[in-house]
Amino acid sequence: MGVHKYLAMGFSALLALGHCQPAHAETLRAVMSFGLKSLDPIWHGSTVTRNYGYMVYDTLFALDADLKPKPQMVDRWSESDDKLVYTFTLRDGLKWHDGAPVTSEDCIASIKRWGARDAIGQVMLASIAQYKSLDEKTFQLVFKEPFGSVISALSKAGIVVPFIMPKRIAETDPFKQITEFVGSGPFMLKKDEWQPGIKTVFIRNPDYKPRNEAASGLAGGKVAKVDRVEWTEMPDSQTQVSALINGEIDIIEQVPHDLLTLLASNKEVTLERMKYSSQFVLRPNWLHPPLNNVQIRQAMIVALDQKGFIDAAGGNPEYFKTCKAYFSCNTEFSSTAGSDGKIEGDWKKARQLLKEANYDGTPITLMHTTGRALFENLAPVAKAQLERAGFKVTMITAEYMTVMTRAIRKEPPEKGGWGVLIHGWDQVNILDPLSNPSLQANCEKARPGWPCDKKLEELRNQFARESDPVKRKKIADEVQAYAMQVVPYVPLGEWYGVTGLGKGVSGWLSAPVPIFWGVTKN
Amino acid sequence: MPHMISFMVRRVLSTVLVLAIVSVFVFLLLRLSLGDPAAAIAGDNATSEQIEQIRSKLGLDRPLVTQFLIWSKLGLQGDLGESFYFRKGVVDLISQHIEPSMALALGAIALTVLIAIPLGVIAAYRNGSWVDRVVMGFSVMGVSVPTFVIGYVLIYVFAIKLNWLPVQGYHWIANGFGGFLTSILLPCLTLAVVQIALVARITRASVIDVLKEDYIRTARAKGLTDRAILMRHALRVAAVPIVTVIGISIALLIGGVVVTETVFNVPGLGRLTVDAVLARDFPVIQAIILFLSFVYVIINLMIDLTYGLFDPRVRS
Repeated sequence: MGVHKYLAMGFSALLALGHCQPAHAETLRAVMSFGLKSLDPIWHGSTVTRNYGYMVYDTLFALDADLKPKPQMVDRWSESDDKLVYTFTLRDGLKWHDGAPVTSEDCIASIKRWGARDAIGQVMLASIAQYKSLDEKTFQLVFKEPFGSVISALSKAGIVVPFIMPKRIAETDPFKQITEFVGSGPFMLKKDEWQPGIKTVFIRNPDYKPRNEAASGLAGGKVAKVDRVEWTEMPDSQTQVSALINGEIDIIEQVPHDLLTLLASNKEVTLERMKYSSQFVLRPNWLHPPLNNVQIRQAMIVALDQKGFIDAAGGNPEYFKTCKAYFSCNTEFSSTAGSDGKIEGDWKKARQLLKEANYDGTPITLMHTTGRALFENLAPVAKAQLERAGFKVTMITAEYMTVMTRAIRKEPPEKGGWGVLIHGWDQVNILDPLSNPSLQANCEKARPGWPCDKKLEELRNQFARESDPVKRKKIADEVQAYAMQVVPYVPLGEWYGVTGLGKGVSGWLSAPVPIFWGVTKN
Repeated sequence: MPHMISFMVRRVLSTVLVLAIVSVFVFLLLRLSLGDPAAAIAGDNATSEQIEQIRSKLGLDRPLVTQFLIWSKLGLQGDLGESFYFRKGVVDLISQHIEPSMALALGAIALTVLIAIPLGVIAAYRNGSWVDRVVMGFSVMGVSVPTFVIGYVLIYVFAIKLNWLPVQGYHWIANGFGGFLTSILLPCLTLAVVQIALVARITRASVIDVLKEDYIRTARAKGLTDRAILMRHALRVAAVPIVTVIGISIALLIGGVVVTETVFNVPGLGRLTVDAVLARDFPVIQAIILFLSFVYVIINLMIDLTYGLFDPRVRS
C-alpha cells in the first residue's frame, strides 16, 4: 500500500469524524457580494442590507419581472378622483414572525420611518396631509396635492426600500438602528446564529401566506422551498469559485467577470446572467472649477467614450454594453434624447468646446477607487480620454471608504475635496427621474456632486406629481435631453452581473434583487 | 526571587503604559485618518444632511477630546463600546473570532516546532552537507513564496484534485473535533511553511554557534555521544533565540494572518480587523488593537521568563 493511500485513509477518517454533526436538511448556502453589517434596512443604505430586507420583511407593493409595480401585502387599493386620497387594504392572513397580525397602523408607522431616510420618501411625505387608519387592515394616505408617484415609491426596490415593520419597531428614531428584527417576509432571521463577518442564517417562515400568482421579479407568490438559507461571508473570489466547484456552497450571488471562464466549462455549475443591468456613472463636482462651468461639463461629456469604459471593465458583449439612457436601457422611461454626439469620444469637438469655454487649465481631481475589480480600470480610462481632449487631470488613488469619505466633502479639491468620481448604480435605483439619485439637482441638499439646476428640479417635481403614464414618459424624455446638456453626471455604459449556481440548485429567479424564494436544492 | 518579583512588577507596569500609549495613538490615528463611518452607514444614496445626522447620533461630531475622554472612561470600566454596525459589544465580537485565530496560530506553531527544530538541528549537525543544503533551500523557498500562492496550491491539490479536505471554512471545535481538524489542516500548513523556514534557519544558525563553544568541546572530550551533546547541551542553550522567534510568531499569527484567513475563509481576528478598518468601525478597531497589544506584551513577558528555563546563565 503506497504512502498516499495511508494518507487518503487518514484524511477519510478525519472527514468522517468531521461529518458526524447533524446536517441541516435543505440548507441553501450562498455567498453574497458583500458582508451583512447591519440588520436595519432603513438605517443602513447598503445593497446587502436591502437584500436582507427582502428575506425578512415584506412590502406593500413590489416590482414584477418587467419592473412594473404589483400589489404585494396589499390586497386592493384605490385612488380618489381628485387623486388626493389613496386607500389600501391589506391581504388576509398577514402575520409577523411573532404571530401577531400585520395592521394598518404598522404600515403607517413604517412609511413614516422610511420617508425620513429615503429621498423619494421625503418628497412623498412632504406632500402627505394625513395618515388615516380606517380599520385593522385598511389605511389611507391623504395628499395636499396630487402626487403621481405613490405606487412607484411604495414599490421601489432601490435603496432605501419601504419595508413594513411592526409599529413598535417602526417608531424607532430613523437615525438609530432597530434592535428587534421581526418581519412578515417569507424567511425569518435566526438572530442567535448571526455571526457578523461569518454568516447569517434564515429559516423558512411557516406562517407566511404567499400570494396566489406565480412569483415574478419581486412580486407574486413568495414560496420558500428550502428550510434554511445561510449567507456565508467569503471575501476571496477565487475561494468562492473553488468552493462552488467542490460543492461546499450552492450559490455565488455575483461571480467576478474575470473568473467566469473557470466556471464556464464546469458541467456541474450553472451560470445565470442577470436580467437587469447596472450603470457605470461618472459624477462631476458642480461646486468648484473647472466643472462648475456648464460649457466645460459639456466638453467633458463629448470627450468621454463609453466604449473605452466597457472594454476596460471587461469588454465581453454578453455582459457589457453601451447605453446612453439615464434611466437605463430597456426600461419604461429609457430614452436617448439629446445624446447624439455625446459619450462617443469626439475629442476634437471637445477641444473646440474647451477653447470656447476659455478653459484655463485648472486640473480636474479624478478619484480612482481600488479594491473593486469592476471599477478599477475606469478612472485611468477617464484620465486618458479627458487628457486627449485637452483637460488637465490629477488622479488620486484610494480604497473605497476613503473615496466615499472624500466624496462628501464640499471643500475644493486642493483642500480635500474632489472633481470627478466614478461608481455604479443598480438598474432599480435609476428607473425614473425621481428615483435616479444622481439627477437630484437641489444644490447643497443634493448628493455629492451637488448639481444645482432649477429647471432639472422642476422637471423632476413635475414627474413626481404627474400620474398619466404618457405625460410621465414625455417628462422623462425631457429630463434625459436636458441632463445631457447640463451634465449632472455621465452614464459610462452598463454591465450585467452573473450568478453561479452549484449542482442540484434550481428555480433561481432572475429579479432586480437576489431572492431565495422558489429556489430548490436536490 | 525578589529580583524576579521586581522584574514582574516592572513588566506589568510597563504593560499598562504600553496599552495607554497604544490607546491614545490608535484613537488619534483613526480620527485623523480619512474615513467616515457615517458615510459608510448612510450609503451611496444618502444626502450630506443625512450623513450629518448619522454622525451626530454616533457622537462623532463632538470634540476629539470629549470623544477620547468618554471612550477612556468606559474602557477603564471594562466597556470597550459597541460596533457601529452590528449592535454587538466589541468584546463579544472579538471573542467570536478568537477561537479560529488561536487554532490557526497554535496549529501552525505546533507543526513548526515538530518540523523546523529537528530540520534545523540536523542541518546544523550536518553543516555543509547535502542535507544542510536541502534544508536551507527549502528555507529560502518557504520565506520567498507568497502565502496566498502556497494556499491556492494546497487547495488545488488536497481539496479540488484529491478531494481529501475542504476548500474553505472553519469548523468550530464544539461542532466536532474531526471537522475542526480537517478545516484547519490546510491553513495551518500554509502558515507553517513560512514559520518552518524561518525557525529552521534560526535553529541551524543558533546550534552551529553553540557547537563551536568550548564547553561542547569539553563534552566531546568527556566522551558524550553526539546525540547527548546536541539534545542536552547544544539545543538547550541554542533555544533562547528559537523561543524568541516562536513567541513572536505566535503573537503575529494570532492577529496578522489576514491573507491565509481570507484564502481559506477562516473568520479570525485578522479578517475582523480588516473588515472593521474598511468600514471605519472605530470601536472594533480600537478594541482589537488594544487586545493584540496586550497579547504581544504578555507573550513577550512569557518569552523573557522562559529564557531562564533554558539557559542557566540567565537564571543566575
